[in-house]
Amino acid sequence: MSVAGLIFSNIHNSAIPELTSVRTMASVPYGCRYRLVDFPLSNMVNSGITKIGIITHNNYQSLMDHIGTGKDWDLARRSGGIRILPPFIAAYSNASAAKLYSTRLEALMGVTNFISKCTEEYIVLSDCDGICNIDLTKVIDDHIKKNADVTIVTRTVKSAKEVSPEGATEVKCDENGMATEVSAYLKHEGDAEISTNILVANRLFLLNAVNDASAHGYNHFYKDIIARRINRARINCYHYDGIYLQVTSLESYFDCSMKLLDPEVRHGLFTKDSPIYTKLRNSAPTVYSEDSKITNSYVADGCVIEGTVENSIIFRGVHVGKGTVIKNSILLQDTFIGHNASLNCVITDKNVVIRNNRILSGHESMPFFISKGAMV
Amino acid sequence: MFKKKECVAMLLAGGQGSRLYALTEKTAKPAVSFGGKYRIIDFPLSNCINSGVDTVGVLTQYQPLVLNDYIGNGLPWDLDRAVGGVKILPPYQGKKGADWYKGTANAIYQNLQFIDMYSPDYVIILSGDHIYKMDYNKMLKAHKKMNADCTIAVIDVPIEEASRFGIMSVDENDRIFKFAEKPKNPDSTKASMGIYIFSKECLFKYLIADAADPNSSNDFGKNIIPAMLANGEKMYAYSFNDYWKDVGTIDSLWEANMDLLGEEPALNLNDEAWRIYSRHTAHSPQYVGADASIVNSSITEGCDIYGTVRNSVLGSGVVVMPGAEVIDSVIMADCVIGEGACVSYAILDSDVKVGNGCTVGKSREKAKGIAVVGTGISIPDGTTVEDGAMIYDSSDLVKEA
Repeated sequence: MSVAGLIFSNIHNSAIPELTSVRTMASVPYGCRYRLVDFPLSNMVNSGITKIGIITHNNYQSLMDHIGTGKDWDLARRSGGIRILPPFIAAYSNASAAKLYSTRLEALMGVTNFISKCTEEYIVLSDCDGICNIDLTKVIDDHIKKNADVTIVTRTVKSAKEVSPEGATEVKCDENGMATEVSAYLKHEGDAEISTNILVANRLFLLNAVNDASAHGYNHFYKDIIARRINRARINCYHYDGIYLQVTSLESYFDCSMKLLDPEVRHGLFTKDSPIYTKLRNSAPTVYSEDSKITNSYVADGCVIEGTVENSIIFRGVHVGKGTVIKNSILLQDTFIGHNASLNCVITDKNVVIRNNRILSGHESMPFFISKGAMV
Repeated sequence: MFKKKECVAMLLAGGQGSRLYALTEKTAKPAVSFGGKYRIIDFPLSNCINSGVDTVGVLTQYQPLVLNDYIGNGLPWDLDRAVGGVKILPPYQGKKGADWYKGTANAIYQNLQFIDMYSPDYVIILSGDHIYKMDYNKMLKAHKKMNADCTIAVIDVPIEEASRFGIMSVDENDRIFKFAEKPKNPDSTKASMGIYIFSKECLFKYLIADAADPNSSNDFGKNIIPAMLANGEKMYAYSFNDYWKDVGTIDSLWEANMDLLGEEPALNLNDEAWRIYSRHTAHSPQYVGADASIVNSSITEGCDIYGTVRNSVLGSGVVVMPGAEVIDSVIMADCVIGEGACVSYAILDSDVKVGNGCTVGKSREKAKGIAVVGTGISIPDGTTVEDGAMIYDSSDLVKEA
């Protein structure tokens, strides 16, 4: 079994403009010490995939900084390893080739070089807005067993609220799990099986399909590659029923973060056997002072907690001063909060400084967001 | 390939650390855990890379498996280098037979070839049993400035404790004129920290002479340093005035851990300018439960705290169950403290499982000493482990009960 991976780092950027104005969806911080890309990346590494390309579009400085040489995922390799695939824009050609991609299919067209140079038989594709800890070896085994050309990992949604406002792809399949219909999800009543955008494809099938789409001027992955071939190719469905959280907006980001306080979610995402890797920071352990009062919170290393913290998600290097009360908030890396401040339903981006005695509050349905490096 | 290095470090990591008893039953002392996510050897290794010394030979002998596995290719300390980096140097079989490392000097002597590979001008000798942050480069500069043959790092100790150390007597230029190993009546408070910088030629000369002397105990403190002094070599003391702690005993290891706590900790590891690196296992963040209480403690990633933790240092992946109490204790990685259990004034090595309702140790004021439980031991529900007890394996527990 030889498999390569491809990760789309920018697709869905528009879902949370607050957090992606300075970074890619892939490098959105999540869960105290991770970035969203750590989940697809670790899932691949834990499934034995050691050649991974990350397709970028714009704003990818933070992503490159995060990935580095890839050694934190054990992907600093002579052979394979991790490769950032920046957008390919021809300098001296016609206007269409000089444009940045805008769809998944166009993104794939930009990396046909990578796909064609791989020698692996299969390619796993993944986005960065889905948070899960999935054993991809099971998906790949199923793909091989069913002799499929493409396998779509699907999940069940109960209502349109669980789906990104950008829309989703609904997949219907027969009793053997082979797809019979792939269409845009119409936000209908009742359960629907939608694509997680985690896919396994035979590399040559994918390469041919992308080249063919390129020749015909197609631009939609599901419509033009999958739906057009639904009867002549073998499109397999793999149902995933583990913990899956999708970030679709700032409110949903808040919600997905707070779900980490639920032990079922936490233990579903973080297991000893398949850890989620991330860039190491060599922080010291977190120090709680004589006056600290902390309950029901998820905390990274490198913090100094001198105040009260309840129901919150605290990233690496956060400082909570004396007499300060933090409730239902998400404090990103290196947030500094002075004394006697009060925060409720607040998301602070990296390096935010909240000075002494400030009182800030949002609401669960509309968390108050403070952008990177701001001082309040 | 160009291989010359100005300074090569030799780290003595073969010691058994017998005064740590159960904690060094299965591991060498330098691999003993410290401060939640570190091991003792992280300090000299991080000091090396932060000081620009990127070639480190680690001399191992006693129970090296954990240590070898921990050091690996040196990646966590940026010591995975094409030239230099960290190299494990175990005793080996030579043409004339095999030999254990007979003393600190003999260990270096057996690895002169290793030092020669890098043609260094200076060699720094370090040991793996101290907790401190030190810029070796400053010491090297002092060594060069004095055009010394040997520079020994010293720290001021209280006069009443001076008889536990190797004591240097120095003149007004810090030149050493007398050295006394553990003197009964010390006439100085400058204690050797076990850190030596030698000019290479001088080191080689004395090590070769020492190896030829059958009466020598092949030790730096006992043989090499006195021999150099006797011959009038230029030996200087380099004073170090920051935090330094020998963690060779249970009490001092406990104290050094406690030095990480408090508003102005004696030892600050949250120091961007002088990071201490360690090998990470990919743990998830720490979760603090709804009924948990954490006061004046240091807690590492992967912990799940549902009970009470006070004045304690917890390693990664420790679980403190509801109703459990951990007070004045050092808990190493992956321990589980069962429901309603109370651990007080104790050191638990990694993977210890404390059963529900157990009592380990006594409150610090009343205890005879620190209770210590060795790695991997499961304490059955409801067991009492006496204060000051030393538990090597589960058979010790039966006797206790």
